Amino acid sequence: MADDIRALSAQLAQDPQSLVFLRLGEALRRKGQLDAALRVAMNGLERHPHLADAHDLYARILTDKRDYERAFDEWDMAVRIAPNHTGALKGLAFLYFKVGDLAQAESHLEAARKVEPDDPSIDQAITMMRAGASPSAPEPSPPPEPVAPPAPALDEARVFAGLEGANEGLLLIDGAGRVLGGALRDRSGADVTDAVAAYLAGVSQEAARTAKLLGLGAWNGLSAEGQQGNVHLGHPTPEALLLVVRERGIPLGRLAILAQRATAMARRWLERGT
Amino acid sequence: MSSALDLITRVRGVRGAMLVSADDGIVVAEQLMEGIKGGAVAALAASLAGRLRRAMEAAGTGTSVFWHLQAEQGALLVVPGANSPGDGGILVVAVTEPDVNIGLVRLELLRVAETVV
Repeated sequence: MADDIRALSAQLAQDPQSLVFLRLGEALRRKGQLDAALRVAMNGLERHPHLADAHDLYARILTDKRDYERAFDEWDMAVRIAPNHTGALKGLAFLYFKVGDLAQAESHLEAARKVEPDDPSIDQAITMMRAGASPSAPEPSPPPEPVAPPAPALDEARVFAGLEGANEGLLLIDGAGRVLGGALRDRSGADVTDAVAAYLAGVSQEAARTAKLLGLGAWNGLSAEGQQGNVHLGHPTPEALLLVVRERGIPLGRLAILAQRATAMARRWLERGT
Repeated sequence: MSSALDLITRVRGVRGAMLVSADDGIVVAEQLMEGIKGGAVAALAASLAGRLRRAMEAAGTGTSVFWHLQAEQGALLVVPGANSPGDGGILVVAVTEPDVNIGLVRLELLRVAETVV
């Protein structure tokens, strides 16, 4: 564990913008180094204020420190950013149980179960709660990965193989803003993948709600014209989001066609479960 | 402001138009067909605009000058005013039928954005 923490700290020092702070903060929390974990989480949140996982991590640490009020605010924020964030839903359920609001606790656990029907910890928590026992404080949905070298910068060789411009400006994320494939660089060549993914967390759900509210049916895509470039967002699945970025000279119509192809490839890739 | 919205709503296939405060998602002016919940749409449009702006700036494409949410039975078209959002600006919003001339609505939205911002 100490070696893990050292390695993660080194990775974070090398690339302060990376999301490795999530694993480092969680490792410190598990080791009981709560103040250090808190600092890591807060620094991460400053860089990624719209990343639901960062709020989730911060809330777990606050819960360990028995600061339930602030933990509630953080999990609440995580759910606002990513309404299907099961870690945050379970966290809110835990806190509602703590204050005796069993109806809200169960409602949040049910919401989490809808998102992850195969997660046995949710069923277990519901059973315990109904039996009057406190469900355990939530753990992160995916267990912290073992220390590994940083993920390869570009996964699109697998997701978008064969697509025009497959090695540039394509990004596939899940509903919580986690990168599933692809990568983005800004005009100076800096890797902006994680930052853009964090800002796009929850956009798919918000676009769906907007279209539904307007009686427009399901949304198909979102095109945007920027001062220096154009983007198109598609959704290969209801939760996932695909971003295609191209220079301003590429018309939105052509961008939409390219995005449709990339969306179909991403859908097939996600369905294969790779 | 209402007459500015006429420029948009007179385009065939436009179901309504709104001016929305980019910061808080409140309707400033609206001309909507019956049944469209202006307040709720304004709030969601402003929220989407904010996320999109931050994502686009981070991606290096600069601030968005026009965006377009396409759906099965229509579209939402938005032109952020010159200093919006995040700076007290205005979003010019149109709700359209699926077969509308997007280019024409875009031009009218940009024209209105110039006059009201």
